[in-house]
Amino acid sequence: MSENILEVNDLVKHYPVTQGVVFKKTVGQVKAVDGVSFGLRAGETLGVVGESGCGKSTLARVLMNLEKPTAGSVVYKGQDISKLSGGALRRLRRQIQLVMQDPYTSLNPRMTVGDLIGEPFEIHPEVAPRGSRRAKVRELLDLVGLNPEHINRYPHQFSGGQRQRIGIARALALRPEVIVCDEPVSALDVSIQAQVMNLLEKLQSELGLSYIFIAHDLSVVRHLSDRVAVMYLGKIVEIGTEDEIYERPTHPYTQALLSAVPVPDPTQRNNKTIIRLTGDVPSPISPPSGCRFRTRCWKAQEVCAEQVPLLEIRRDSDHPSACHFAERREIVATHEA
Amino acid sequence: MSDILVSEQSAPGSGGSGRPSGRLLEVDDLRVEFRTRDGVAKVINGVTYHVDAGETLAVLGESGSGKSVTAQTIMGILDTPPGFVTGGQVRFHGKDMLRMSAEERRRIRGEGIAMIFQDALSALNPVFTVGFQIAEQFRVRRGLGRAEAKKRAIEMLDQVKIPNAKGRYNNYPHQFSGGMRQRAMIAMSLALDPEVLIADEPTTALDVTVQAQIMDLLAELQRERQMGMILITHDLGVVADVADRIAVMYAGRIVEEADVYDLYAKPAHPYTLGLIDSIPRLDEKGQQLRTIKGLPPNLMNIPPGCPFNPRCPMAQPVCREKVPPLLQVGPARASACHFAEELVNRV
Repeated sequence: MSENILEVNDLVKHYPVTQGVVFKKTVGQVKAVDGVSFGLRAGETLGVVGESGCGKSTLARVLMNLEKPTAGSVVYKGQDISKLSGGALRRLRRQIQLVMQDPYTSLNPRMTVGDLIGEPFEIHPEVAPRGSRRAKVRELLDLVGLNPEHINRYPHQFSGGQRQRIGIARALALRPEVIVCDEPVSALDVSIQAQVMNLLEKLQSELGLSYIFIAHDLSVVRHLSDRVAVMYLGKIVEIGTEDEIYERPTHPYTQALLSAVPVPDPTQRNNKTIIRLTGDVPSPISPPSGCRFRTRCWKAQEVCAEQVPLLEIRRDSDHPSACHFAERREIVATHEA
Repeated sequence: MSDILVSEQSAPGSGGSGRPSGRLLEVDDLRVEFRTRDGVAKVINGVTYHVDAGETLAVLGESGSGKSVTAQTIMGILDTPPGFVTGGQVRFHGKDMLRMSAEERRRIRGEGIAMIFQDALSALNPVFTVGFQIAEQFRVRRGLGRAEAKKRAIEMLDQVKIPNAKGRYNNYPHQFSGGMRQRAMIAMSLALDPEVLIADEPTTALDVTVQAQIMDLLAELQRERQMGMILITHDLGVVADVADRIAVMYAGRIVEEADVYDLYAKPAHPYTLGLIDSIPRLDEKGQQLRTIKGLPPNLMNIPPGCPFNPRCPMAQPVCREKVPPLLQVGPARASACHFAEELVNRV
């Protein structure tokens, strides 16, 4: 369990901001991901949470090598993905697959389910010889809880939850070891969301998958993850086990984020204090100096503007936290049963 | 709050102030269908609810349950065609709005009932400044001059806590962040001091920290103005924080109505129970989530009997034959389930 299957080292992705039409000049950089490091162990789920614009989806794209990182490396079993190309990259891609957020736009409406799920086999014919593909697709449909009889249907004939299952079946087709899920349940209704989350859990235990689970919904992430990384403006501000992050958070941002999540229990109304953050997330083009959270932080001191706090284990914290003043605080509406 | 919907009886065609019920806004047995090329979808099948001054009614439901269409019908912004009201009343101060002239309805819109939408960017006009769009109401509806209208608009922006309201007056919607846009829309909807505010998924598109800010703001403004509020949402967490009463919708019907505390403690409808069981909770590391099997029904072909019966773990033969009416199951609560009593009385 302790062996890291995927290792991300100081990953940076900047997008240039250009001006002009013919003579383009770069006038700035959107620092979408700015120095992110973590390891993913075999068979575990690492949750990545953060608000919109924190860089979590860019992280997914760089992990899949859909975007080349500006700096840093993504190492899968000793091989740096970002340095690979051509056949070597294609072979490695078999091992890491992506489930996307929007089941409405991520499936080609002109292809049948059989073609959609079978398409990966066209690119990797070694996984399933031509003759056995239909049978394989049927197996996959059955695995994700869809009727194998529906192999000739088109995406519009399915509901949102069923489409997400198709997306999952497609990601599973090549029997990968790692699946990156980018907001896989946020477009779904509550009753359907639970079905898909249960499916993801079932598949993990049956197939021994490792997940990187990206979502903005903190409750969903807690339910599925073994470890959780909290991102803010392109950096990880706190990382730890699910318990460490949700029960003993030490970074002010994590604390504020957790306190703001509404708990579906009216009797808790007056039992919890919400930490009110003022203002909005600053622009990733010119993030604040020092600690990026300091402009919204109630603990900010001069040192926060001068020194970037490193993600490390601190005096009052049993897990890495990127805050000069990391300390525990009772905030989560823990359920006393 | 003492009497529940079913005891309410409508006086058809009264339409006047003859029988003031004391209710601020009532929806009574509303029916709406969408006539499309593929057939007729029965989107609202007899919805009844009401909201009084100063209280918050949450309308909870999944996509396609008809919660937004009900709101659109109340506001008179239903797209016709394809949508047609086929029955029922929407009474504001006891007067049926569905029988009013377009002019009368227009007067209620904004001053009587106002609405905020989920997606502020598409609800605001991109080619006018935010300030102009708010001030416009004061000029057109209140007959104020340009300078006075501007002053009032800036006051509104101030009230919704937009920093530097004066400077922001001349900004266009795209220059605002998501949370600010939602604030601007709230300012716009409250400009004419409405008695009822309908908020249709006001925070669904926002991040949690911003969501908390907006919900706080709404609660504060509601308290100050003693507005009635209808909060339409699918988020059981938000509802638990702000609602007084909850109406749960499924397939165009209200399946349960109750006080917020009762509803979470003891749901009286299997659908509500299923919903509450199927959400992952922040304060619990759950095991497997319990789910509601299957899918919501196709509204062109709603199953006979109780519309929830194909997904219901408690379904009996009677559920496939008889539509359960929304009946009182205790003080101030109602459920549309043949076995509601058993659900409520279970230990």
